[in-house]
Amino acid sequence: MWDNISLLIIAPLLNIQLLLDGVLIGAIFALAAYGLALVWGVTNVKNLAQGDLVIMGGYVAYVFTTLGIHPILALPVAFVLMFGFGWLIYRLIISHVIDRDLFTSLLATFGLALVIQQLLNLIFGPDVKIAESGFDILFLFGGQVTLAEIKLVSLILAGLLATAIVIFMKTSRMGQAIRATAQNPRAAKIMGIDTDQVYAFTFAMNSAICGAAGVLISMIWVIQPFFGTSYSIRSFVIVTAAGLGNLPGVIIAGLGLGAAEQFSGFVIGAEFQQATVVGLLVAVLIFRQLQMRRHRRVVA
Amino acid sequence: MTAAGRKRASPASIIGHAAILVFGLAAPFVFPSYTFQIAMLWIMILFALTWDILGGQMGYNSLGNILFFGAGMYISAVVQISLVYDVAAYTSAFGAVKVDFTTAQYFTGIGLGIVAAALACTVFAVIFGSMVFGLRGPYFAIGTLGVALAAGELVGGWDYVGGGSGISMPVYPGEPEARSLFFYTLCFVSAISTFVFLKWAYSGRFKTTINAIRDDEEKAEAMGIHTVRYKIVAWGIAAFFLGISGAIFGNMAGFIEPLEVAFPTITFGIFMVVMSLLGGKGTLWGPVLGATLFHIIKEVSWTYLLGWQWVALGTLIIVNVVFFQQGILGWAQEKWPAFFGIVVDDKLSAKGAVASEAAE
Repeated sequence: MWDNISLLIIAPLLNIQLLLDGVLIGAIFALAAYGLALVWGVTNVKNLAQGDLVIMGGYVAYVFTTLGIHPILALPVAFVLMFGFGWLIYRLIISHVIDRDLFTSLLATFGLALVIQQLLNLIFGPDVKIAESGFDILFLFGGQVTLAEIKLVSLILAGLLATAIVIFMKTSRMGQAIRATAQNPRAAKIMGIDTDQVYAFTFAMNSAICGAAGVLISMIWVIQPFFGTSYSIRSFVIVTAAGLGNLPGVIIAGLGLGAAEQFSGFVIGAEFQQATVVGLLVAVLIFRQLQMRRHRRVVA
Repeated sequence: MTAAGRKRASPASIIGHAAILVFGLAAPFVFPSYTFQIAMLWIMILFALTWDILGGQMGYNSLGNILFFGAGMYISAVVQISLVYDVAAYTSAFGAVKVDFTTAQYFTGIGLGIVAAALACTVFAVIFGSMVFGLRGPYFAIGTLGVALAAGELVGGWDYVGGGSGISMPVYPGEPEARSLFFYTLCFVSAISTFVFLKWAYSGRFKTTINAIRDDEEKAEAMGIHTVRYKIVAWGIAAFFLGISGAIFGNMAGFIEPLEVAFPTITFGIFMVVMSLLGGKGTLWGPVLGATLFHIIKEVSWTYLLGWQWVALGTLIIVNVVFFQQGILGWAQEKWPAFFGIVVDDKLSAKGAVASEAAE
């Protein structure tokens, strides 16, 4: 472990490499986390199946590559397909848990996660898959830092998608309805907003965002039916750290988490990468508790 | 709504308790080929009962109770091995060196291991309790889930206890039949002691206090109840029995490994929640009933739906949580409140309020 730290000091370019990798992957974590924050804030449902929706999107891209179509083209398709899937899930499950206590949504979506994982496992098998994009690798700093072009492309796509969503939320009629419902569902209802429709749309949009994030993940990393849980945990880490309705916070926390994972993977070993994510979750929660304790309040 | 005071045991309830005891004692002889499954049933009942202390009676829905199961398993393993061998040498020589435990060594080891697991897990509960009891609702659930997942990952990277490749436990000195009977007895006794202990604990002030925490923690605190202390005690009880079950299960399985056997967060860790919900949380018999039913469903679906068993289980969880959350006993209490000693004063309560209160 100390050897690896001294290596980082001797070769400063290695830091840039890790930071770059981390930030590029973190942008996609932030995307999924934004979806979680959206659903959490509007419908008060804590979606533990978030990561599995991401992985589902990844498999759409994988199917595209097996058909010989470039996976980037899967992005809009996954967006639309996952939107429909999200709508279906809302009608089947989420609409029944929306007014219930907090634990119900957590457990119901956990069951959903289990079902999605196992169905993906039955369809695609437990092997690790990648959607090959065929982009080149860039060499920076005289070849000491490598950067896959696809990572840059996916960063740009993630940024475009996030911008589009923000514009949609700010300007469109539905976006306004969503924000109104998040602020006060009762008042929104009185004003003639069909809140049930808003909830359905929000969950479906979250699912679509996740699907798009999954397409990007499948191109720059690997996907596997059971990798979803770690994306769910990551989304929770980011949202808990940033707070609901704090978009800049979500982006910063997402990028930070990506970088933290890369550094810890390098310093204490790749087998602890997962432990870092959950460790950070616990650390964030403990920190929030200490913060609240000063005001004699609890984290709820 | 008031519960009638402690009743004298009716003949029916004596017969019921006796029937369960007789079944437990006779099962390994009547169904010798199912001894392992029935031993697992007792462990499942223990799981559901211990989860319900927090989840049902106290309103703290933990997703990480499996932490104590795995911790108990590893503590017991280390104690058993360290009595005779050096643990690091034992785990690193996995498979290469033939290790022998004499009969006396084995039984002293397992006895000490179970005791150490129970005590150490209680200490863990106090430590982790102070870490997570400032969290409420979903944060508590996610926080405990995080702690349990982290524990599995960290143990997997810890070479002293064998890391990801696990530890093969000391071999039972004796015939296979005697072995399965021995572990069956341990499982049976631990589940029954959990039940009896909880029956005693739930008969007094402890139950009313933790129920008060569930119903309104701030008011309970304002009434002068030291809520943090009660929460830690409740978690300590759950950890104590879970530690015992972990120590027994590790030895019964014969091989332990961090992710699938010791800290199976998404299998056993969730099963305990589902079993309590299925039977009806917040009751003493609900978890027992739920665990039995769930175990039967699980074994049947494993046999007949092979490949699809997890899909079936996930669906069961969703249906259970979304459409049938009050559980079997909760539903029965709603339907026949008089049988459960729930007295409803019609003059004071509107019809709608009755249903919602009885469901709690």
